[in-house]
Amino acid sequence: MAGIAFDLQLLNLCASLLLLLSFAMLAQRRIVTLVNLLATQGVLLFVATLLLAWRTGEHHLYLSAFLTLALKVVFLPWLLHRLIRRLEVYWDTEPLLNISGTMLTGVLVVVFAFGLAQPISALANTATRNAIGIAVAVVLLSFVTMITRRKAMSQVVGFLSMENGLFFGAMSATYGMPMIVEFGVALDVLVAVLVLGIFFFQIREQFDSLDLHHLESLREREPDAGRQVRPFEEN
Amino acid sequence: MEFLLLLATPVCGAALLGVLGARRWAPELNIGVSLVTFLAACALTARVVTGGPVLVAREQFFIDPFNVFLVTLTAFVGLTTSIFSRPYMRVEVDHRRVSPRRLRLYHSMYQLFMTTMLTALTTNNMGLLWVAMEAATLSTVLLVTLYRTPASLEAGWKYFILCGVGIAQALFGTILLYFAAEKVLGAEGVTALLWTHLNTVKGQLEPTVLGLAFVFLLVGYGTKVGLAPLHNWLPDAHAEGPTPISAVLSGLLLNVAIYAVVRCKVLVEGSLHSALPSRMMMGFGLLSVVLAVFFLWRQRDIKRLFAYSSIEHMGIITFAFGMGGAVANFAALLHMTVHSLTKSAIFFAVGHAAQKAGSQLMENIRGLITLSPTIGWGLMMGSLAILGMPPFGVFASEFLILTTAMREQPWATPILLTALGVAFAAIFGRVQPMVFGETTAKRLPHAPALLPVFAHLAIVLMLGVWIPPYLAEWYRAAARLLGGD
Repeated sequence: MAGIAFDLQLLNLCASLLLLLSFAMLAQRRIVTLVNLLATQGVLLFVATLLLAWRTGEHHLYLSAFLTLALKVVFLPWLLHRLIRRLEVYWDTEPLLNISGTMLTGVLVVVFAFGLAQPISALANTATRNAIGIAVAVVLLSFVTMITRRKAMSQVVGFLSMENGLFFGAMSATYGMPMIVEFGVALDVLVAVLVLGIFFFQIREQFDSLDLHHLESLREREPDAGRQVRPFEEN
Repeated sequence: MEFLLLLATPVCGAALLGVLGARRWAPELNIGVSLVTFLAACALTARVVTGGPVLVAREQFFIDPFNVFLVTLTAFVGLTTSIFSRPYMRVEVDHRRVSPRRLRLYHSMYQLFMTTMLTALTTNNMGLLWVAMEAATLSTVLLVTLYRTPASLEAGWKYFILCGVGIAQALFGTILLYFAAEKVLGAEGVTALLWTHLNTVKGQLEPTVLGLAFVFLLVGYGTKVGLAPLHNWLPDAHAEGPTPISAVLSGLLLNVAIYAVVRCKVLVEGSLHSALPSRMMMGFGLLSVVLAVFFLWRQRDIKRLFAYSSIEHMGIITFAFGMGGAVANFAALLHMTVHSLTKSAIFFAVGHAAQKAGSQLMENIRGLITLSPTIGWGLMMGSLAILGMPPFGVFASEFLILTTAMREQPWATPILLTALGVAFAAIFGRVQPMVFGETTAKRLPHAPALLPVFAHLAIVLMLGVWIPPYLAEWYRAAARLLGGD
């Protein structure tokens, strides 16, 4: 009996660590560390999925745990680190909101997330139903990370962490989505990061920087404020 | 068999064009692949019309009256766009806007994009629907940035991030849907996300969870539809990418996204027994119509102008589906068809016009009628059609939507009518000097492909005057399926 309680406690520990990591991401400005935090999130997801698989005896969870390990702990962080080195983007600029302001927003977001998850948790009959609120909080915190960042790379880390939150949500609410869907989602994430890699090099080639304020001319302001006549280059 | 051909052709085409896409005859190969896809779609349609709905591949895919007409439409516009893109991209290569090598990426991604849309339309699995929608974004991001100009990179980034975040909301919605379904259909996980199964048990699904799920699904897929206030990516992506891509984004992708929303709405409505999904869709729809019309006035770039017009029409369609009922659903389906045909025809004409003028800015495009009467007339007729002039099909569908709105939701009618009037003034006032007026532009090195423009407009005209009985029957069957009385 104690053993069952123990692995459940371990699961809850994983969940709370995930939330903690999301807050750490919110405050972190060093992009390399941001990627490491993302990888740690991946490790926690792997452990949590494995624990859940062992606890429930659902075989597909083992598979999805190792998929997480391969994709989110090994491959994606490796790819991102490589991109960081090649593109030489190490630091994000000052976020749009200062750190303490961001943290306070984060706390409010968590409260909201638990409110949102309450009706779902009440209906869930999984052992991990208490973690649903945490999953929603991780999703929303990643959202805040994306909004407050300027560098394309930190936005991507936010995007991936949002996907981690969704994955954790699916796991704690329903012990994971059907396998075919999980494979599809993993494939999409993989392709997304590859496309982004190509895309970054294009941005870089064009602007010599990955700062997103270069990408702000297409706005609906006064008709001729943003852009000049753009004749075709005929040469 | 037809179904396998339908999905396998573009996949093989993508692989083949990934290798051979830079050859001189690659555009012809692209057309060939699209033609085979279209023929497969026709065969599939014939089978569904005679034999009723089909389920394939362990129920993972299904074709019913609602999606089969969209499949045919998608394959058809895919075919005509590939015909249009042949001379268009050659001119672009001559103008040095793209290198011939980059055409490999272009052709391959084009076919991949078609695959993802056809998968999204035919899949029975709500999870796979999500996967295909996300894949559709990913396959077009690099197409939007094909020219590698600063503006196109910005458009591509915005497209990726906004649609990525949006679609993440839809994933959460899908998870909630699965959560509710699993309780009724069992945790085996095999059938719990299949639409056909969900549809039979929709009355037993937990209403609170489904209500929450619908909010996320509508916001998520709504971002891809281009519903205000989540529409920001749409005008940029349309204006900065190559014109064939604008045509398929506007004519096809938006339709597929609406399709996803409507599939979800059917389930949620069956569970909630309340007007919440309808009200939300009507609200988002009206907001999009009004906002798009405001922005129409401020545009100087011709492709942005018509991109905002797409947002307006998506708003109208969403509103109509929101109203529900047999007539409104029928009208919305008709509007989807005619909008996608007309808008892609307009983009074809606009593409050639912009190439002739050497600019996308409307003030630089003048006197199309003297320079090339066919392009001029194509643009003029297309604009009149999209503005809802009789006898074109858009008039018929908008008329049906407005009369239904007068009966069901009288408060919305004046808003819709005013918006349509303002849109007319904004677009017609701009198109008129572009078509008539003085010009000094020169001829294009490759003869433009205008057959697609007039083929589309002819179909739209026909749908306005006379809807063939089997097509009408088909629309009615789809409208019934969506919960019309």
